[in-house]
Amino acid sequence: MSEKPGLLDYARRWPLRLWMGLVFIFLYAPLVVLVVMSFNDSRRTTKWQGFTFDWYRKVFEDTELVQSLINSLTIAALSTVISLALGTLAAIALWRFRFPGKPLVDGAFSLPIVVPEICMGVAMLIFFARVMPWPSGLPWPLSLGAIVIAHVAFSFPFVAVVVRARLHSFDRSQEEAARDLGASDWRALWDVVIPHLRPALLAGALLAFTLSLDDFVITFFTAGPDTVTFPVKVYSMVRFSVTPKVNAISTLLLLFTVLLTFIALRLQARAEAEKTS
Amino acid sequence: MPDPAPKRTIIEFRNITKRFGPVTAVDNVSLTIQEGEFFALLGPSGCGKTTLLRMLAGFETPTSGQILIDGQDVTKVPPNKRPVNMVFQSYAVFPHLSVIKNIEYGLKMEGVPAVERRERAEAALAVVQLEGYGERMPDQLSGGQRQRVALARAIVKRPRVLLLDEPLSALDAKLREELRFEMSALQDRLGITFVMVTHDQDEALALASRCAVMNKGSLMQVATPADLYEFPATRLVADFIGSVNLFEGRVEEDESDHAIIHLPEIGIKAWLDHGTGASETVQIWLALRPEKVELHKRMNGEGPPTMEGTPPGHNVVKGRIMDIAYLGSESVYDVMLEGGKRVRVIRPNLTRWDQEDFSWDEDVWLGWHAEGAHVLLS
Repeated sequence: MSEKPGLLDYARRWPLRLWMGLVFIFLYAPLVVLVVMSFNDSRRTTKWQGFTFDWYRKVFEDTELVQSLINSLTIAALSTVISLALGTLAAIALWRFRFPGKPLVDGAFSLPIVVPEICMGVAMLIFFARVMPWPSGLPWPLSLGAIVIAHVAFSFPFVAVVVRARLHSFDRSQEEAARDLGASDWRALWDVVIPHLRPALLAGALLAFTLSLDDFVITFFTAGPDTVTFPVKVYSMVRFSVTPKVNAISTLLLLFTVLLTFIALRLQARAEAEKTS
Repeated sequence: MPDPAPKRTIIEFRNITKRFGPVTAVDNVSLTIQEGEFFALLGPSGCGKTTLLRMLAGFETPTSGQILIDGQDVTKVPPNKRPVNMVFQSYAVFPHLSVIKNIEYGLKMEGVPAVERRERAEAALAVVQLEGYGERMPDQLSGGQRQRVALARAIVKRPRVLLLDEPLSALDAKLREELRFEMSALQDRLGITFVMVTHDQDEALALASRCAVMNKGSLMQVATPADLYEFPATRLVADFIGSVNLFEGRVEEDESDHAIIHLPEIGIKAWLDHGTGASETVQIWLALRPEKVELHKRMNGEGPPTMEGTPPGHNVVKGRIMDIAYLGSESVYDVMLEGGKRVRVIRPNLTRWDQEDFSWDEDVWLGWHAEGAHVLLS
């Protein structure tokens, strides 16, 4: 097989392999360092001293850090569910109906995608300070309300965009067929439109979840002293010194998101396999 | 042949008009359809036939007028509450459900218990000859099989009326012809009233017991396929159903048993074996189907042949063959008359050598029988 490789025959041309290798190093070297250093038996993060799980133990001993992680996951979960519902409904409304001022509504829905985060953050700060103060001293999950609202505000347009793109490929006569066979409007939506949207819903949910989980700017402006999220907490820790504890918790978070993505991909692959088997 | 016995009215459109903004899609249509009929709505695209069907299914609401099914006013009844089911042009088989689940869907919506549901769905699968395909997913089926699934899904609900939107248009020609026979056999067997929309006149003629021809939102004519073809009401219908040769003319003599029509365009007189009832002062058109025209050899010095049922000298005209299209079962001749008018003639090739009888640039006599032509008033 000594044929001349094709133009896009990456794997068989060494300059391309080298290039690809460099890209991977650029992408993943910092992450590898982060993970490796989380096992370093030293307070300093720059020099390797020996292997230890100590930092992971210390992470779980730090109740504030753990609480911030729980806060973040809770906020992300709530915001994902709400964004998914709102975004999907918004997309369906814009796809299904014609009404006066539709282009305006359409634009208004996608505005939060392009508005700079810092503006959103300041806006949220003013909103919760002046317009609709979130009561303080509420029991735990309710105390996160302000942050959840802020996160929904910037996540659901992303869901709407993804869902709308998927709706374009939907054959309207399928919905009519369901109606014709005796389904009510809502039933037809649930039985026919939603199954078609499944890949988009999955993608939208992942997007909303990760957007919420690692949002710093907007959260920083809306979080109160007792509602610190994980990125905000890490930021405040780093301000004093970067200890391997931060590395350890970051590694855990990394593992979690990779796992989540893996599950999502598996679900999608299974759905595809079901269709073609 | 369709059963001529009068039956009960099952569908009635009363002065139905539908406007989409400034466009009038259906313009004051009144129409009744009898129980057990295979009714076709036929017309060019954009004529309003699909809108009429969609109003019957409940997907569109008429701007004015009433629709009655079984004597009940359903004009404002939503589609899921109507005793009709539809086979969509795209079939609209649910891609995420297996064949059997697709067919069961309508029964599930009715609240039919699971066991009975499965039984009835299996029976419907058998009716459309897809036994054993229940567990397949729609994307594993061919177009023709998907069409049958859509059909089974609709008939399993035992509707009073089955609606078919261009049911065969997405299939290839050979399959289409096969399914035509199957569809009419199925309709006979089920005894359900079928209402079909089609732009394909062959499909309408082959399947329907009665057809409505529509154009620009209005009904042009409602009749059996044979009547539409042999006795079209207007030039438009005559032209839409099959092909036709039209000659301008004026009635010269109109008796109960015959009529004579002067055709100035081609300079001859036509003899009809029936009266026309048309006034002698208005212009009429003589419609002549291509297969009703005969070709005769024209040698030098020979007079015109006498056509069956006519006095000598009527219904014959000189022409020359300009073009021949050999289509296997028949040949189509393009003949130019002396005044320059073109006439289309179809001759069946009854023997293997028939197509050799006439050739290009040959001089011929064109003629037709006393009962061959039909007078159109508009």
